[in-house]
Amino acid sequence: MNWDLIWSSFGPLITGAVTGTIPLTLASFAFGLILALVVALMRLSSNWLLSGIGRFYVSVIRGTPLLVQLFVIFFGLPSIGIRLDPWPSAIIAFSLNVGGYAAEIIRAAILSVPKGQWEAGHTIGMSRPQTLVRIILPQAARVSVPPLSNTFISLVKDTSLASLILVTELFRNAQQIAAFSQEFMALYLQAALVYWVICLVLSTAQSAVERRLDRYVAH
Amino acid sequence: MSPTNNPEPRAASVLKARNLAKAFGSNKVLRDIDIDIRRGQVVALIGPSGSGKTTVLRSLNGLEVPDGGTVTFGGTGTNGDTSGGLSIDFGSKVGKKDIAALRDRSAMVFQHYNLFPHMTVLKNIIEGPVQVQKRPKAEAIAEAERLLERVGLADKRDAYPFELSGGQQQRVGIVRALALKPQLLLFDEPTSALDPELVGDVLGVIKELAEEGWTMVIVTHELAFAQHVADEVIFMDGGVVVERGPAAEVLRAPRQERTKLFVKRLQHDV
Repeated sequence: MNWDLIWSSFGPLITGAVTGTIPLTLASFAFGLILALVVALMRLSSNWLLSGIGRFYVSVIRGTPLLVQLFVIFFGLPSIGIRLDPWPSAIIAFSLNVGGYAAEIIRAAILSVPKGQWEAGHTIGMSRPQTLVRIILPQAARVSVPPLSNTFISLVKDTSLASLILVTELFRNAQQIAAFSQEFMALYLQAALVYWVICLVLSTAQSAVERRLDRYVAH
Repeated sequence: MSPTNNPEPRAASVLKARNLAKAFGSNKVLRDIDIDIRRGQVVALIGPSGSGKTTVLRSLNGLEVPDGGTVTFGGTGTNGDTSGGLSIDFGSKVGKKDIAALRDRSAMVFQHYNLFPHMTVLKNIIEGPVQVQKRPKAEAIAEAERLLERVGLADKRDAYPFELSGGQQQRVGIVRALALKPQLLLFDEPTSALDPELVGDVLGVIKELAEEGWTMVIVTHELAFAQHVADEVIFMDGGVVVERGPAAEVLRAPRQERTKLFVKRLQHDV
């Protein structure tokens, strides 16, 4: 074992996490959540066309592998004249993917808020959108934090797939050092370790968020 | 907090509902319901469950939209409100604006309180005045504090609903409705979800509001309370008004057989 090499590899791996994995995750999750909210509202809409489109979208995203979605966008789209760089391709693919999964979470969370809360909003004169934003979504947020955290943590790990479309991130750096040094076991375990640490930090953050959102609930 | 009006025999009409009809599928829950409410009047709606009384109440607040009939609100409300009259014909197309205008004029107190669990007591109360009615926040807070003081909950202003007893939550529910300064207060079985020992506090508050001249419609099973507070009692069964009249008459000496049975059964339960 080349301990010097192993030790000095943490630098590029952490750099890859900070400049690749983490921004890719944050951007994709942010766009994905916005998309998910829109799709959730479409699915809850009484307009059959909107809800049908929402249902179709969720079905396609959940029914196809993320890697295939990523390849369609990066390698497939150029054949119809749409050429995207690795980063935008990755962000689009991951956002669409998060959008599909999180839409179902948000939809279920909105439905879990008792009907009486809508009525209370209406009786104080609020419109439906106003009630949604001020009364329903804050309560739905509490319900959806644990499952959304799962989606978020999955996303952190899924971004490693972006290495396959040449995005420079944690795992691609690990692959390159491994190929060059032939220390496959060490480098891939190191990469695993860095992912694990990131996810540990996120789990802690999740607990903090849940505690904060639970402050108005009886324990 | 008290509206400047007093119950007078010939006070101005607040609300006239005519021929309200509503069906859920083939189940006709309301058939040709007429209701007149004058300013300062307290009307109690009683009847067995499934009689349609809650549906009537909810229709007045636009939480249910009747299939037919009309609702007319008088021109002037409390606190110098000059928003003008309102007339809605449910037989024709009813828009969001009509429903919004209907809700402007009344406020509902729910059986299960329906306080906003993610807001403190104070925020629950000022949400409507500040967000919907666009009143200055400082003014809304001052008003909310005064109302809380009135119902004995001044010290709960920063508590969350889950920290309150049912009776306290319902009093906050009442204050939330009052803060909107509606022309008409609607109560949907306000004490049905409460433990017996907490009922008195809530009924006490409602009684005080009646004495102050608020115009109210109360759906209730508390016949003794209805007799005590209501000017008029309406007994409904099977989606129709079976009997109506002064509280003492309907509850003490009902004319209709169905009313007699209902009153007798409830009084036996007490």
